Order: sequence, then C-alpha cells, then structure tokens
Amino acid sequence: MGSDGKKREGKTDQPSLEFSDPPPPFSLLIAMAMAIKLSLILLFFSSSLIPTFSLFEDQVGLMDWHQRYIGKVKHAVFHTQKAGWKRVVVSTEENVIASLDLRRGEIFWRHVLGANDVVDKIDIALGKYVITLSSEGSILRAWNLPDGQMVWESFLSGSMSSKALLTVPANLKVDLDSPIFVYSGACIHAISSIDGEYLWKKDFASEGSVDVHQLILPGGSDVVHAVGVTDSSQFDTYEIHVKNGGLLKHTSASFPGGIYGEILPISGDRFVVLDASRSVLVLITIENGQIHLEQTHISDLIHGSSGNTVILPSKLSGIFSLRTDNGIVFIKVTGEGKLNVMERVDKTVVISDALPHSEGEQAFALVQHGDGKIELSVRLVHDMSSNHLKETVKMDHERGFVHKIFINNYVRTDRSHGFRALIVMEDHSLLLLQQGEIVWTRDDGLASVIDVATSELPVEKIGVSVAKVEHSLFEWLKGHILKLKGTLMLATPDEVAAIQKIRLQSSEKSKMTRDHNGFRRLLILLTRAGKLYALHTGDGRIVWSTLLQSLRTTSQQCAGLKLHQWQVPHHHALDNNPSVLVVGRCGLSLSSPSALSIVDAYTGKELQNMGPVQHSTVQVISLPFRDSSEQQLHLLIDADKRAHLYPTTPEAANIFQRESENVYWYSVESEAGILRGYGVKKSHSSDTPPSEYCFETRNLWSVVFPSESEKIIATVTRKPNEVVHTQAKMIADEDVMYKYISKNMLFVATVSPKASGPIGSATPDESVLVVYLVDTVTGRILHRMTHLGSQGPVHAVLSENWVVYHYFNLRAHRYEMSVLEIYDQSRAENKDVLKLIVGKHNLTTPVSSYSRPEVTTKSQSYFFTHSVKAISVTSTAKGITSKHLLIGTIGDQVLALDKRFVDPRRSLNPTQAEKEEGLLPLTDALPIIPQSYVTHSFKVEGLRGIETVPAKLESTSLVFAYGVDLFYTRIAPSRTYDSLTEDFNYALLLLTILALVVAIFVTWVLSERKDLQDKWR
Amino acid sequence: MPIILPAKGGKGAETVESIHPWLFEVRSRPLRPRLPYRSSLSLSLQLLLMEKGKGVMGSRKWAVDFTDNSSTPSTRDIPDPPGFTRASLDQDDSSLSRQKKDAESNWKSQKAWEVAQAPFKNLMMMGFMMWMAGSTVHLFSIGITFSALWQPLSALQGVGKVFEPYKDNKVDLLAPKLLYIALNLGGMLLGVWKLNTLGLLPTHASDWVSSLPPAHEVEFSGGGVALH
Repeated sequence: MGSDGKKREGKTDQPSLEFSDPPPPFSLLIAMAMAIKLSLILLFFSSSLIPTFSLFEDQVGLMDWHQRYIGKVKHAVFHTQKAGWKRVVVSTEENVIASLDLRRGEIFWRHVLGANDVVDKIDIALGKYVITLSSEGSILRAWNLPDGQMVWESFLSGSMSSKALLTVPANLKVDLDSPIFVYSGACIHAISSIDGEYLWKKDFASEGSVDVHQLILPGGSDVVHAVGVTDSSQFDTYEIHVKNGGLLKHTSASFPGGIYGEILPISGDRFVVLDASRSVLVLITIENGQIHLEQTHISDLIHGSSGNTVILPSKLSGIFSLRTDNGIVFIKVTGEGKLNVMERVDKTVVISDALPHSEGEQAFALVQHGDGKIELSVRLVHDMSSNHLKETVKMDHERGFVHKIFINNYVRTDRSHGFRALIVMEDHSLLLLQQGEIVWTRDDGLASVIDVATSELPVEKIGVSVAKVEHSLFEWLKGHILKLKGTLMLATPDEVAAIQKIRLQSSEKSKMTRDHNGFRRLLILLTRAGKLYALHTGDGRIVWSTLLQSLRTTSQQCAGLKLHQWQVPHHHALDNNPSVLVVGRCGLSLSSPSALSIVDAYTGKELQNMGPVQHSTVQVISLPFRDSSEQQLHLLIDADKRAHLYPTTPEAANIFQRESENVYWYSVESEAGILRGYGVKKSHSSDTPPSEYCFETRNLWSVVFPSESEKIIATVTRKPNEVVHTQAKMIADEDVMYKYISKNMLFVATVSPKASGPIGSATPDESVLVVYLVDTVTGRILHRMTHLGSQGPVHAVLSENWVVYHYFNLRAHRYEMSVLEIYDQSRAENKDVLKLIVGKHNLTTPVSSYSRPEVTTKSQSYFFTHSVKAISVTSTAKGITSKHLLIGTIGDQVLALDKRFVDPRRSLNPTQAEKEEGLLPLTDALPIIPQSYVTHSFKVEGLRGIETVPAKLESTSLVFAYGVDLFYTRIAPSRTYDSLTEDFNYALLLLTILALVVAIFVTWVLSERKDLQDKWR
Repeated sequence: MPIILPAKGGKGAETVESIHPWLFEVRSRPLRPRLPYRSSLSLSLQLLLMEKGKGVMGSRKWAVDFTDNSSTPSTRDIPDPPGFTRASLDQDDSSLSRQKKDAESNWKSQKAWEVAQAPFKNLMMMGFMMWMAGSTVHLFSIGITFSALWQPLSALQGVGKVFEPYKDNKVDLLAPKLLYIALNLGGMLLGVWKLNTLGLLPTHASDWVSSLPPAHEVEFSGGGVALH
C-alpha cells in the first residue's frame, strides 16, 4: 500500500534542468522561466491533491498500536484431550467467542457477534465443533475448532420467548447422527451436530405455560428429560424421545408456595429449588414416574440465617451450595433424600462446576480470597473433608475478588492428576493458574472502556549523567549510519532487520517523560468493571491500573459513569501531579447516590475518595474556571435539578458566586422530547440550604417537541476543549465570511416516532428527519431543517461552526451525510479595510447569546456508502490545521475523510478563484479512498468511540479508537508541515553540509589564487 | 554602485552556476559558493547590471591629467625657465582646452542622460519578467517581485555615485537625476503593483481578520442527556 504515493512525491520534487549547450542568455532566461513555471505548477498540483495516510508496510507499528481483547468471560469450555494445541473456548459479555491458547493466553481465533447477538451458551460437539447458542436461543452456530471458521448456522424459531438451554450429549448416536438439544422459544429443538439440520421440534406452548429450567440426558438413555415450572406453582417433568421428539411421559406435582430462582439438578432424578419466601429448600425426586417433594426449612439446617438465600448455580453432583448472609454452605443430598450440611466457607468463596475425574470421581475447585493472595483448593465430591489439592497464589490487589472459576484436569508425566484453573477477576481480567503459579494474565477489562481522558507525562528531570548522554549519542549515530546505509542500498539483510527493529522499538517513544512534540501521553481509561487504566501512547503498555475503591465500598452495584480532567497543572501548582475525577453511581436508578473519586494521573493513587456522597448525579458539567491550584470547577447536577459545586473549597465557591449569573445548564429529556434550560439561583433558598456548595436552579426555557411527530434520537455538542484559531473564513476573491462560533450550540436530531425503529420499519412517507441547532443559553432555535423520507440512526459531529451528520435516506435507499455550516450575519459588514486597520470593528467584543445575532446557514448532502458506528473529528493544538472527519465504519475500521469533501460551498463547476481556494467540484457521493483508512489493515472490533487529542505539534492529532479492541495512532491531516518525518536522514544531511563546507573552502582557495594571477598579469 | 563583472570564464558557465544554488535553496539553505552577485535571485539582474556597467565605465578606464591648472608661480620654489611666460601658454592653450572641456562636458551630459534613461530598459525587462511569472505565489514570482522592488531601491541609494563621474561645473545633472529617480520609482511602483496582484499586500478585509481569534462568549452553558 502506498507505494504509488511515494513514487509521485519522488518525481515531482526535483525538476530536472539540463542544458547540453549554453544557449544565449535571453532565450535561456525564458526557457528557464517556463521550465520553472511548469515544474511549480506540477508541484502545486501534487500538493493540492487530497493527502492520504497511506503508509508503507515497514511503517506499521511505528506510531500506532493495536491491542486485541475479548471481554469478561462468561463461559469457558476446555479442549485439551488429544489435541495438539491445548486450548480453551470462551464466550464473553462483549459477545465474543474466542479460542485461547492455554500455554500463553493468546487468541487463536475470535469472533465478535453483534451487540444484539448475546451469547447464551457454548459447548463443544463431536470434539471438533464449537457450538454457540445466541440471541435468546434463536441462533445456533457451529464453528470449526482449529481455525474458527463457521461450519453451519441454524435459526430456531419459537412461539414465545423463554430461557435458552443447550445440551450437547457426549456419546449419543441417533441414526449415525449426534443430535444437539436446544430449548428456546418454548420449544425443544433437536439439531444435527454434523450439518445443523433440523431433526425435530417439540412445542411446549401447547402444554400450558411451562417454563423449562433444565434439559438433561441421563447417561446412556435415549430420553430427554425437561424439568420445568408452570405458573411458579407446579413442577413438571417431560420425557421426550430423542429420535422423533415424541412425548413419552409427563408428570407434574403442584407446589403452592411458589419458587424462587432456578431449579438445580443434583443427580439424574433429583433436583433442588428454593421456595418463594427463600426460607424453604424443596428437594424434588422423580421416582417411578412420580414426583416427590420434600421441604426443609433452611433455619433447621443453618442456624441464624436470614432471607437472602440463593442456591449457587455450580453443578456438583450429589452436593449443592447455598449462599446465605453469613457464608456459603455445602449441602449433601444422601441417597434417602436427607440434606446434610457438609461445610461452611466464607461468602467470597467462588465454586466451580464439578469435573469428572478418575473412576467416577468428581472434583471441583473453590477459591478463597486472602490478603494479597488467593487460595485455590480442589476437592473431591465424595470426600469433602480434605483438600485434594491446595495452592496459594499471590494476587495483585488491583484485580479485586475472584468472580468465576473454571477448572480442567490433566495428566502429569508421573501419571498423577493435575488441575489447571481459569479464573475471572473483579476487574474482568482472565488468569490461568497451574501448579500454584499464574501462567498468564489477560487484561480483558480493557474490552469495555466507558470513557477516555488523557494526561501529560512528567517533565524530564534535568541532570542526566554524561555517560548516558554519550551512550545515547553513540547509539543515535550508529542508528543513523545504519539508516544511511539503508537509503544508499548498502545494508545487508541483517542490517535491514536491525534498522526495522530500531525503528519499532525506539526507546524514545516509550519514555515516561514529556516530549517536545506532545506525542507521549497517558491515556486514562475507565472500564465497566470500575477499574482505571493508564496506557502509554508510545507502545500501549499499561503504566498503572487501579480498581477504584469508591466504587467498591458499598454492597450496591456501583458503576463508573464519567471521567473528567480534575487538575491540569500548567502555570501554577507545578509540583502537583495532574489528576482526574471519576464519577460513578451506586445503584441502577438515576436518583441513586453517586460515588466520586480523584485519582492521580501519574501514579494511579486515589487522592480523594468521596463516595458514596449524599446526592445523585445526573450530569457532570466541567466549568471553564479554575482555582488557584488549577483545579477545574465542576457542577454535578442531581436528580432534583440541584447543582453541586466541586471542589468544595471556599475559594471555588467564591469563584462560582462571582461567575454564577453567566452559568447555565440544560437537560435533554429524550423520552419526553423536551429540552430545558436552567440558570443558577444566586441566593440559597431559605427552606433547604443543604450546604454552601449546593445551589438551587430555576427553569429558564423549554423546547417541547410534539411527541406525535418528533422523537429525539441524537444530540451533539462541541467538544469543550476544542480550540478555534479564527472566526473568519477566507473564501474566493479575498472575500471573508464570519463563522458563528459558539460553545453553547446543541445539535438535535428528531425523527417521526414511526421511523424510530430499524431501517425498513417505516415507509418513506411516514419518516421525517428534522435537525435543529439550538442555543443552549437562551433556547433559541438557530436553524431547523427537514429531511423528508429519511430516518436514523443519526451519528453527528459538531465542530467550530459546522455539523456533519449521517442518516439513512429511505427514498434513495442509501446512507447520506449532510453538512450544515452556520455563519454570523451580524458581523458580515466588517469588510472595510481602513476600519479594520484602525481597529474600528466589533469582532473582538465579547458576544452574548441574548444579543440574538443574525445567522445564515449553508447546507449540502452527499451519499455515503458505509453505515457508521461513530463519527469524530481531528483536533489540533491551535486549530490552524485543516480537519479530517474520522468515521468508524460498520466494518470496525476508522476512515479519515477530508472536511473539504463536506463543504456546502462545493458546486458543479467551481470558478477559477474557487478552484484556487481548493474547493472541490461537487459529486453526489463521498469518495472512500482505501489509503485513508487510519486503522490500515487492523479492525477495532466492536468499535464504540473515537477520541482525538491534540499533540503539541500543530500538524498532528492523536487518535484513539476503542471497542473490544484498542487502537491508537497519530495523524497529520495536512501532513507534517512543521516537522521532519521519522525517516528523515540526518546523517545524509550532515554529510551534505560537510561536503558543501569543503567545496566552499576549495573554491575559495582556487578563486584567491586566480585573483592573484589576474593581478600579476 | 553597480558592481563590475570580474572577467571570469564564459557567460554560459556563470549562468549555470548561478541557477543551481538557487534551485538548491528550495530545500534547505546551504552555504553558497562564491556567487558573483549579492542578490543571486535572477539572471536578469546580472545581465542588466553587466550592460549598465559597460555603458558607464566602458569607454575609459583611467586618466591622468597632465595639464597644470595652477596659475600662480609663487607657489613654486623654482622660477619659470627664461623665455617662458605663463600667460602666453595659458592664452595659447585656452582656446584648445576650452574646446576640449566643452566636448567633455557635452559628452558628460550626454552620458548622464544615457545613464538616467538606463532604468527604462530595466523597467521594460522587469515588466516582461513579471508577465512571465504569472499571478500565483511561488518562488519565481516572489523572486522577480522582490528584485523589482530591491533594484530601484538600491539604485536610488546610489544616485550620487552613479552620476559622480559626470560631475562638472558646467553640466546640469539635476534633470537626468530626476529622470533617473522617476524611472526607478516607476520600477518600484511596478514591483508594488505586482506584489498586490500576487495578493501579498494587506489590502483586503481578509488580511486583517484572518487571524482574529473568536470573540469571547459571555455565557457558559453545559449539560446534555442524563448519564446512564
């Protein structure tokens, strides 16, 4: 890729001027002028071509990195028998199925299913297929185990939604076929595991509203047992023939108490379940076609337990585990149906499923959490008293508790049995334990990034040792000599490899100090697990990670919401480290209390842990004010529309009091279709002044969209830290237009309610897309535009004075992208040069939204081939460099599109002046140039967001795309006009300069000699 | 003072020598080997200067005046030889020397006018070059334009020196000087006009507002959809 680009550059740079015979001076002059003019025109054309990001093969990895993750593991199936590669197949909460190498934890293959295609169950059939059941049991797929190719896929239609259960019998043969049994959509399906063909289907909808909980095949029989509950008051068992799906037997027994949770199988004919009050255990025994129910009060078994009892879903034959408030209890079911309490363990213990061990023995593992370590013990089901195996493993505090464990056994060289355990930690990381050691670790929490912030690195300490400088100088010289050899084609293959290695692993780029160009940063990522990671932009390594204690303190479900810059020391407080604010919520509703914490960006230490605080948090507003220690002021809006000021210092309160009359906030109520604007009340209301950092707000304006015709589907604002260089836009003929640049502009897209579903659910006549530009201070609608016959999903980006949005045009059956630019008409008269020279203009006076400036807009639409997952725009330090749109395509790649393509001033036949300005002729579709994929050959699976950060170098923007994978690169939308490229050859430059100096001396000596001779003549 | 060409090599060789370093300037600015000219911007300058140099100084290289104009013998220690009367010599020579002086002053004024008109040729040449350079901004047109601006300027600085050889009590140099200045000013105007056509003069509104930062906003508003 990109080789043509280089060739083109090489050709136009050096016009060749060769005169064989010196022509007369005047004609030479003209010839030269023409030649230069021609070459300059060529140069001009080549530079006016759209710059692309094409790079050479050996440039991959120089300034980008890509990391592949899978997410928090839900199920794991080991495949270790008679296989060359020991592997484990996992499915995750990010809807990924992956096959991992058991030795190193690397991904053999991986498939990311869509966001709506949730994996329910996985298993391995025939020893060569991975079977996955997904989308609430409606899609069954088989993947080839070695390479992950899909073998077959079956769609299972059911009559109603129900649980999804999958049973893959190990040794069942029916007419040379091994059927798979799936319960989904209130039906039992039998599917051939060879080709996915439908064998039979048994519909349970006709049997009354039975809810099947378990689908089991007792070993050796040819009958499928389905155990379920009808109306939570009657147990039902069905016996179904595996060959044709005929119902053999149906037994039922009523249980008026109702049940709680799931029925858990104990053995082939015994089941256990909790009653609705969660205080009685019900043992279900099926004997001679009869159901016997036996009730046992939990308080009889365990003394002093209260109501919060749960049967743990671990399948241990003959035993089940019960979690109460005090701990976990193992209960054995004896042959006579008696319940015996075996053992009590701590509440945090995690138990695996039982694993068939030697000679009918079953083993299971349990993990206990200690201080800085975990204890893994393997026990045999029939001999609970002693540990079969006990190992203690040191564990990082930042990984939290163990959430899940899967075990597998292997035969050691001395024929004894060993166990390996795959454990999933609280931070979603995946570890393999074997022989008391962590074999490998995967930080899969990074697959679920919620929010991204960046931080500068510390300034380099002065006083580096001389030896180090000498060493680095020597290395530098050596590297450049090698490079020079490479450019002069003198390098041996070994040296070429060495050059490539130097380029890729340059210690420069992964240093832990601030660099001159601002390329080295820390990416701070908040993940769904409530863990904060700091990644180095140079090589993507994890610098630190912290499991936020503020999100773990309570028993409630706490989750991180937002990440904000808290303190960015630049001028004052330079000895302080920068820090970030993490806002979380403890609970599911909007009014749940929030958790706040402030984390040092260099070390990952929680400086302040303010959680859970009394008020809830619905919105976080980062105010454009800072206190003397450069802490950013934040307003947290709670569910009662009160504003809470942070940091809670008198100084911050003073600053806020001073500025509060110009501080507004707005809320978008998507469901109700209302935009509301609020102002902060100057004085506290007399009745409830909760604290001096809490302010009442009052509603100033509302924009109500008619609910019968419009529904809000997207809102976008400008990035708060975006820098705009100028308010004027130069157009052809030295004319000028004034941009309407306001940070208080909100883009709102609404569609008719009928068209809010997926594409195809509404006819073109029914669907209308309306876009608005709203001023969020006054509630004024600056512009409104209607797209008839179009519908969402709408993805938009707002920057400077323009919005680009992407939607579907139902009439054209194509995706479209529109651009909307807004200009300030009230400034348009400022065109008198004399007045501008003497400074008589209103261009620098502060503007108020209440002055209601006149605006005009320009708009244009284009077809766009791809559907889009996210749109973003490059941002640079001063905002001078032209912009590129970064489009996350449906293929999980990031495409850079020059903003010049979405310019509403494009016309079919641009004038000469417009051409000179760089305006492109209008085309109906936006081009997709393959070289302009910034992700080049990589895919950012499950792409969710694209974040851009300006580097210190004006030409360059840092791009971070996240989803299941992470990808980072830096791009220069107008090429790196302000720096030399990476592969610039300093050695060659030095040599040239040296040669020139020598030449100067030689010519000087010669000319002196000649002068002397002339004088003697 | 225009520089006189050192007679060195052929003309062709010189021109090539002066082109190459100029091309080299596009990339980096290396130390130039001895160039015949300060500006080195264009070949034209060199050629024009060469012509002018010939015009001014070409006819005579040096002169020694043996005529003794001193009329008072008292200044000398040695008395006049016998039979020699200074007065008669003066009278004898007076008509001849007057004639000679008239011719010289005529010649001087003629030459002065010639010199004064020299910038006109220059002007025409400059105009042609500008037309060749086109109206887009690139190195060549900028070079031409700046040489068009610089040349009259340096010429104006050296007005006195240019006309020094023709300084004479009898020759009126004011008119040629004025013409010379006017023509050079014309050349300069041409350069300025070219500068404007290239768009390098801040005569448009866009030149004054292009780097104006956006106006400060009085109000601040934040918020959005409730966090989930």
